[in-house]
Amino acid sequence: MNWRRIALISVPYFWLLGLFLVPFFIVLKISLSDIALAIPPYTPTLELSEGWSGLRDLVAQLDFENFAFLADDDLYWKSYLSSVQIAFISTFICLLIGFPIAYGMANAPTEWQPTLMLLVILPFWTSFLIRVYSLIGLLSQEGMINQFLMWIGIINEPLMILNTNWAVYIGIVYTYCPFMILPIYATLIKLDASLLEAAEDLGCSRTEAFWRITIPLSKAGIIAGCFLVFIPALGEFVIPSLLGGSGTLMIGKVLFEEFFANRDWPVASAVAVILLLILIIPIVMYQRNEQKMMEADT
Amino acid sequence: MRRLTWFNATSLTLGFAFLYIPMIIVIIYSFNESRLVTVWGGFSTKWYGELFQNEAFLDAALVTFQVGLISSLIATVLGTMGAYVLVRGGRFFGRTLFSGMIYAPLVMPEVITGLSLLLLFISIGLDRGMTTIVLAHATFSMCYVSVVVSSRLVSFDRSVEEAALDLGCTPFDAFRSVTLPIIAPAVISGWLLALTLSLDDLVIASFVAGPSSTTLPIKVFSSVRLGVSPEINALSTILIGIVTIGTVAASLTTKRAALRRKREQQMAEQASG
Repeated sequence: MNWRRIALISVPYFWLLGLFLVPFFIVLKISLSDIALAIPPYTPTLELSEGWSGLRDLVAQLDFENFAFLADDDLYWKSYLSSVQIAFISTFICLLIGFPIAYGMANAPTEWQPTLMLLVILPFWTSFLIRVYSLIGLLSQEGMINQFLMWIGIINEPLMILNTNWAVYIGIVYTYCPFMILPIYATLIKLDASLLEAAEDLGCSRTEAFWRITIPLSKAGIIAGCFLVFIPALGEFVIPSLLGGSGTLMIGKVLFEEFFANRDWPVASAVAVILLLILIIPIVMYQRNEQKMMEADT
Repeated sequence: MRRLTWFNATSLTLGFAFLYIPMIIVIIYSFNESRLVTVWGGFSTKWYGELFQNEAFLDAALVTFQVGLISSLIATVLGTMGAYVLVRGGRFFGRTLFSGMIYAPLVMPEVITGLSLLLLFISIGLDRGMTTIVLAHATFSMCYVSVVVSSRLVSFDRSVEEAALDLGCTPFDAFRSVTLPIIAPAVISGWLLALTLSLDDLVIASFVAGPSSTTLPIKVFSSVRLGVSPEINALSTILIGIVTIGTVAASLTTKRAALRRKREQQMAEQASG
């Protein structure tokens, strides 16, 4: 162990410890505190000057009151439930739209591939906020979609899309689609075409070969894509607050408002703790899948 | 097998239409004469002029750019160190925790990251402002840099590094003159990713920014809440333009580098054969 190695390890290590892990414990601690009319607006606060007895006093004052409050109030569990529902349905729609795109890309002529890849990555680098914003003008009552539908005569009155859950679904699918396309494309491009030919030689129809060979072999990419859409969509704040309406309940938005509008830091922290607990399952499943993919590659 | 069936052609056309039409409409309407965002009133560039006269936007853009530059540089250094520790660090106490801390921020909801960092800054008494945004951005983007750089570190031939050490290089010299040039493309793309993430971030910045340090996304968000405006269309067009030029240029450069490598390889093979 020389000092250079210790320095190399400890700089990023302590940076992440201090700015990633410790903050979580602070959130946890505040979620067990009570709201107070003070700065900072919660109680108890840690008195370092009192040493161990101060810490003991602090722990004695913590309780699960905020979590009981979350369980009691309809708003919170309804928000969690509706976030899970919105994230789940959007992920599914993303898969329905993303898979054919990835499939089309992987089967396009080889000299097109870099350009097609560029076309998927470009929205990915473009500001998220601007992509969400670009939908507002399209979905509003006097927006392009309504104008078009009225012009071809399908509807007589403009549809209310913006400020409803429909707009939230469209927003999530639109902004997260590249996250679905890229991993599926990565598995499809590695798929050995001779397997499909063999299946056809052995009497499989094309559709059958697709379901029995292409889908199972691209499973890892499909799973990765689904989690990459589902996990961030669950805590999404920008899309429900710009595209959704007053009836749109998503937990990211509730947390934001609890913190900034109601200034109830302990409840906001409790909301964050529960959200994290819900997310642990998909995050662990996602990382398992990634590990499996890495092992399959080597 | 690689031929374009009508099914593939349709799904590609519809798919890319879906991804691009909303942005193309924003670009077209940024050149609209009329303030009404749904009525075409003729071609004009006046909204760009108004945008550049809007001091609030310019100030926010300056803050965003400074934060992005500083935080992405810190993130690149820390992230490269992190990647090196992950791939070459060997065993040390808390290694699993370390790799967990590198990967977890990638999937953490932004509201949680923002909230937890804000509570940290308040409990240590750090005033909210540019410093806190830089610290927050450097932290989450260093993880992205680590992932990009470590995938490059894993795939390269370690014996080159060992040869340098055998020939008397110190580990630091070996890193500087052998490893760094090889992983440089990954470090640069990690830096670009960190810069983009910082320039785009709204949620985390909203938590940790002070009243005097409004970033461009915060400013855009608060004006977009009131509805579509031609100035925002103009701003979006500029940003989309920068990203497009940057991405296309980057892909052309990598393509050219790959071609050159291929040619050099062929020449080396000819010379040796």
